[in-house]
Amino acid sequence: MKSLKNNQLYRLILCRFAETVREPEVLFWGIIFPVLISIGLGLAFTQNNESKFNILCVGTQGTELDSLLTIYGEKSEKKGKETFIWKVEDATLGNTTYHFIHSDWDNAIISLKRGESDIIVTDSLSKIGYHFDPNNAQAQLAYMKLSALVQSPTRIHSAQPQISPLTLKGVRYIDFFIPGLIAFGLMSSLLWGISYTIIECRSQRLLRRLIASPMRKSNYLIAIMFVRIVMNVAEALILLFFAWLLFDVYIQGSIGAFALLFVAGNVAFTGVAVLLSCRTSKTESGTGLINLVQMPMMLLSGIFFSYHNFPEWSIGAIKLLPLTALADGFRAIFNEGAGWLQVATPTAALFVLGAVCFVAGMRWFKWQ
Amino acid sequence: MIEVKNVYKSFKDVHAVRGISFSVRQGEFVALLGPNGAGKTTLVEMMEGLRKPDSGDIFIQGKSWKKSEKELRQIIGLSLQETRFPEKLKVREVLRLFASFFKLGTERVDEVIALVGLENKRQSLTKNLSGGQRQRLALATALLNRPQILFLDEPTTGLDPHSRFDLWNILQELKSKGDTTLLLTTHYMEEAQSLCDHIIIIDEGVIIKGGSLNELLDDQSHNLDELFIRLTGKTLTDNSNQVLK
Repeated sequence: MKSLKNNQLYRLILCRFAETVREPEVLFWGIIFPVLISIGLGLAFTQNNESKFNILCVGTQGTELDSLLTIYGEKSEKKGKETFIWKVEDATLGNTTYHFIHSDWDNAIISLKRGESDIIVTDSLSKIGYHFDPNNAQAQLAYMKLSALVQSPTRIHSAQPQISPLTLKGVRYIDFFIPGLIAFGLMSSLLWGISYTIIECRSQRLLRRLIASPMRKSNYLIAIMFVRIVMNVAEALILLFFAWLLFDVYIQGSIGAFALLFVAGNVAFTGVAVLLSCRTSKTESGTGLINLVQMPMMLLSGIFFSYHNFPEWSIGAIKLLPLTALADGFRAIFNEGAGWLQVATPTAALFVLGAVCFVAGMRWFKWQ
Repeated sequence: MIEVKNVYKSFKDVHAVRGISFSVRQGEFVALLGPNGAGKTTLVEMMEGLRKPDSGDIFIQGKSWKKSEKELRQIIGLSLQETRFPEKLKVREVLRLFASFFKLGTERVDEVIALVGLENKRQSLTKNLSGGQRQRLALATALLNRPQILFLDEPTTGLDPHSRFDLWNILQELKSKGDTTLLLTTHYMEEAQSLCDHIIIIDEGVIIKGGSLNELLDDQSHNLDELFIRLTGKTLTDNSNQVLK
């Protein structure tokens, strides 16, 4: 026992642990933040959402739309302007509220520019005209819903038997989000936790001081990597626990395959982190390098929203990103019940990537 | 004990060390005295095995860094210029960590804490230490393995006179025991004068003069500062009066 206590690897690990848990930011960004963001986004996408559209009416007084508003709308006042509120209930797609505000053309355009309203409606010879930016999805939706409503104001109130809601586990947004968040958390904590620690240590000349003693260089790196990976396991378990408790998200596929893919992800991003930090001795350029690797993957790898919305030509390249491979693999195991075989390719690829980056990083590593 | 033979070292277009040779006997306290940028740190880092000379040889107890690094790391102790220890570690944790590199236990850790007078600070985080206390911690890490040779690179630069005096006392005590050979770099003549048996004056990468204090001073130079001005036309302590908190 005494020899263990004086063992340098044990001491290095212990010091690294102490440094990690004494950083309040680590606990916040590593544990509390992912749980909060999953709760926030989970609630936002699982609540029966109510949509609201602001519609500006220009020169529609005394027209067909006006008469519809008098029948179905409720008159009220908003910022000193006369407003009609028309609520449409829909048990399947969620309720919709339309706010109709009378305005002149110039003010309507200003309001649209400011994002206060979605579309402008005009009336020319009893023909309703819709004015909006066709590339704006929200405006497009407002147009489609409103034009259908104006054509048959009563139809939407009735049930819509042609829609069968899917509420199976695995198809909800939260099911999509949690595996992605675990993958993203793993990547960012390794890149920051390993790369930044090494770069900072080098910039403060501590790395130089350490190698001027009989410390084994490998022990130093093992300690940093070990502590970060243990923290990652803890962070993922806490996130999984809350996801299960609040949203009933759980691993439908093989837990063993998940564990192995998790290890592969850790190996891959540990390798990348070591390569990133192998030479830099300025924390500023280190931060830039880490962001350079992290930001594109955060945006492209489909963590928050599916990457299938990106242009077709880019999807092949996006699928090659390690974070995409990891997140997609996790999702297959969580939501599609995948086992060892289905995730064998990403698992192997991540192991190889990690090993290659690690070897290259060590080859160029600057200890001083 | 230490033998430096015709050592050269350049960085890009700067010739930091230009053909320096000297030797240090066992138990001797030697100061490398010179202004900022004289090449002291480069020279001492080559002696510590942290940099390779472009040419020339360095032997410590007859051994070279290339062949006997592992062995030499065990017998030397060092403190670098401006090492910052991890802010979130406590004094005792830092020392336990460094002690583990020499397979030493808590007993020796507590001994060096007492030796450098950090008993009241053993549970303090290093970020809460004053400049003088940090230098004493750096000295403590250097003393853990009871080094036969101790290298201290500007151990008191930036310290207030009181902290500087504290550190000198610790080194005087070490000297009185006679087991350690010390090589320190400094640009404070009082430091070289009061601690060291042998003073080597360096400027622009070469040795200008070396010897004991008595040998160096003569009728024309009553102290080291005067001697340095006479030899180089400039003062020793340019840019060296900042005080660390």
